[in-house]
Amino acid sequence: MLQDIPHGFYFILSGILFTIGAIGAITRRNAIVIFMCIELMLNAVNLAFITAGNALSSMDGAVFVFFIMTVAAVEAAVGLAIFITIFRLKGTINADEVNLLKG
Amino acid sequence: MDFSWFKWLMFIVAAALSIVGSLMMVTRRNAIHSALWMIATFIAIAVIYVMQNAQFIAIAQIMVYAGAIMMLILFVIMLVNLEKDSVPERKFSSRKFTGAVITIMLFFEILVIATAYQITGREAVYSASMLERTGNVRVMGSLLYGQYLFPFELASILLLIGIVGAVILAKRKKE
Amino acid sequence: MADYIWLIPFFPAVGFLINGLSCNKTSKTFVSWVACGALFFSFLVSAAIFVNFLQLPAEGRIFEKDVFDWIVSGELAVRMGFKIDALSVIMCLVVTGVGFLIHVYSVGYMHDDPGFTRYFTYLNLFVFMMLLLVTGNNLLLMFVGWEGVGLCSYLLIGFWYEKDSASNAGKKAFIVNRIGDFGFLLGIFLLFVSLGTQGVWTLKFSEIQPNAHLLSVPLATAITMLFFVGAVGKSAQIPLYVWLPDAMEGPTPVSSLIHAATMVTAGVYMIARLNFLYSMAPDTLFVVALIGALTAIFAASIGFAQYDIKKVLAYSTISQLGYMFVGVGVGAYAAGIFHLMTHAFFKGLLFLGAGSVMHAMSGELDMRNMGGLRKKIPITYWTFFIACLAIAGIPGLSGFFSKDEILWKAFSSPHGHPGIWLLGTVAAGMTAFYMFRLLFRTFFGECRASDEVKHHIHESPKIMTVPLIILAALSIAGGYLGVPHILGGGNRIERFLEPVLGPPQHAVATRDMSITASAWASVGAEEAAGGGSLELILMATSVLIGLFGIYLAYLFYVKNPELPKRFTERFRSLYRVVNHKYYVDEFYEAIFVRGLLKVGGGLMRVVDDGMIEGSVNGTGSLMKRMGGIIRLIETGYVQAYAFGIIVGAIFVAGYLIMKPIM
Repeated sequence: MLQDIPHGFYFILSGILFTIGAIGAITRRNAIVIFMCIELMLNAVNLAFITAGNALSSMDGAVFVFFIMTVAAVEAAVGLAIFITIFRLKGTINADEVNLLKG
Repeated sequence: MDFSWFKWLMFIVAAALSIVGSLMMVTRRNAIHSALWMIATFIAIAVIYVMQNAQFIAIAQIMVYAGAIMMLILFVIMLVNLEKDSVPERKFSSRKFTGAVITIMLFFEILVIATAYQITGREAVYSASMLERTGNVRVMGSLLYGQYLFPFELASILLLIGIVGAVILAKRKKE
Repeated sequence: MADYIWLIPFFPAVGFLINGLSCNKTSKTFVSWVACGALFFSFLVSAAIFVNFLQLPAEGRIFEKDVFDWIVSGELAVRMGFKIDALSVIMCLVVTGVGFLIHVYSVGYMHDDPGFTRYFTYLNLFVFMMLLLVTGNNLLLMFVGWEGVGLCSYLLIGFWYEKDSASNAGKKAFIVNRIGDFGFLLGIFLLFVSLGTQGVWTLKFSEIQPNAHLLSVPLATAITMLFFVGAVGKSAQIPLYVWLPDAMEGPTPVSSLIHAATMVTAGVYMIARLNFLYSMAPDTLFVVALIGALTAIFAASIGFAQYDIKKVLAYSTISQLGYMFVGVGVGAYAAGIFHLMTHAFFKGLLFLGAGSVMHAMSGELDMRNMGGLRKKIPITYWTFFIACLAIAGIPGLSGFFSKDEILWKAFSSPHGHPGIWLLGTVAAGMTAFYMFRLLFRTFFGECRASDEVKHHIHESPKIMTVPLIILAALSIAGGYLGVPHILGGGNRIERFLEPVLGPPQHAVATRDMSITASAWASVGAEEAAGGGSLELILMATSVLIGLFGIYLAYLFYVKNPELPKRFTERFRSLYRVVNHKYYVDEFYEAIFVRGLLKVGGGLMRVVDDGMIEGSVNGTGSLMKRMGGIIRLIETGYVQAYAFGIIVGAIFVAGYLIMKPIM
């Protein structure tokens, strides 16, 4: 008779995914891949929310994830539009070559 | 009937798939491949959501993330990345290396927190059996249109602004 | 009625706002209707209150109303409140009445000036501030008006700011006034604190008066002296009179309204308003009377040797203000206010007449280039003549009554002194002389103007002459408000002012009569003269001296025009000194202006350039250098920022881990 899966496992999985996403966001050059890494990090956080909500028999986690997904959708639309604009402007979307924010 | 072995199996498979998928997503040089692996990861995470009694979120995950957002990303990759399929081999960057190392340090900290963490707080009413009786989507719907109506409406306005903003940003200016 | 007293200053404020905010977009007709209308309505309200007062018993003649809280902070509570009593209603009538006439006159006088709207905006603002000064029910509100009229004076003296001399004169007036205002402000502080330490934190006149007895005499002397410093600045007394002659750079109606009829008399009003404090401080009163008498004679002597008609009138104003201070300084506040009122009539008229002369002479001011205007501008001549008679103290005109009242009080009042009376009487004779010198040189004899100017000489339009005629009528009739008892009058104005200024000091005067009479005996008059006949004798003396002055002027400038020239030849050095106004301006320039400039230059180099600029620039360059270091972090690469976020996250997570352990 196996135990139910402990919540710690889910949290660890969430941490692993978050770390992979973060490393990707820091090391990759392609802005779109960076964007996907960020989405992965968001998913990792969502997973933590869902886990915590489930552990407490609460729906608040799920509601929170719902709103995060809404924001992520908006972010995707706007972010990708920005990529297109930058691509038109610079001819590239390599994060190493775009430094418009330089002080 | 004891299904807990099945649960374990599902968890291990889904977790492994999500980790492998995300690793592949990060390491693929071709952005299209990255995006495809990303879809796989999202689906694996959706499976985990189902195991956590979050069926509505799981469906939304597949529809919004794996469907809509990834579709959008694929379109943009095709719009932007053109035929520059293989990005030239990047040279070793110490900054990026330190970044990766430090992120791994962060991972260990997360690991410590995750293992040591004891969930505190009061139990709420939405237990698994209750959700089973009422239906997850129904509970979710009554929450969103009841207690969370105001943020819900705000989210709709946010989406609208996002659409308008995206159109304005991506629109080709008339010369 | 009390609920409507705030309307008096309200109308000019509205006029100021309408004209000031119209940005030159409105027609001149509209501007002049607004400006004059505002004054007219204020005058109507003042007149209504005056009529209302006459129906009330003397004790009931006070309307006071707090409109709203202005500053409330701890013990200090200042309310925007207005107070009309017998004193301020007279001031209001003078300010709005004479002001209205001068506004109307200005419509004609300034008609072709490009700054027409600006002019009336300032003028309305001035009247608003002046009314605030006279109707405010606390010292701070009075001070607001006091500063406000100073500001308007500055703006209007420098009205033609493109002229160097005008803008310099404006600055001079402002700075000299500032010295006085400083004293005034210190006086307010001292009064507030010294009453406050006695438990009465107030600035309201109606609360200061019953508590004034809490002040010790030295303290009251100090406070009143400080207030008097303010009055010296504003009312152009020795030693701060130097700004007033220069103030004639402004348009002539401005000189008439601000620098003759109203603003410069603010000091007299202030002393009359605070008469309960001044009566507590005989030393201050003596100083006030002495300064007044000295100023009266000093300024009159300068008037002898000036050729600019407006300058002569300016010195005459200073001299007449000196009379008013003699009046209030000997404790005869009502006499001072009475002279203030009659002076507003005839001096306003003199300035307006001078403006009319300038108008006729294409802007000429030098009386050496005038003469013979009697026939060409008859209305101006006759009104000017009446004003000259009034100021010279010829019996039957207003100046006679008010001036003699002051001189009699200077002689007979317990605070008075025969010496002050003597100074005043001599100054009266000098006044008659220089005023008629002005009259004769301007209107009599041959016309010395150039042919072109001569060709253009014409009488002013009706809009300018009608105010002249009205003021001339007032210059005659105004005096009958205060006919002294000795001439069978009731001195109505003194009785009217009694609730505010206290009873006239006749009773005390008779007590001292023997002393003063014996002093008089040494001058050589009838020893047996009782109080009544003594007053008559003094009156006759001053009239005779005035007539003598007129005769002298006639001798010098009509009968024998060569005489003045020989006279100046003979006393060349004396003449030069007087002509240069005793070199007071040069003295001030050398001592104060140069000295201040030198001190200021030193401070600028050491403090400004060295310390302040050094520290400011140092701060700037330090920031720049630090910014230069920090901007290295700002690479502009998004991944570098992401890296920063993760480092931050490590610290946060580390803290969360360490927290339960620690």
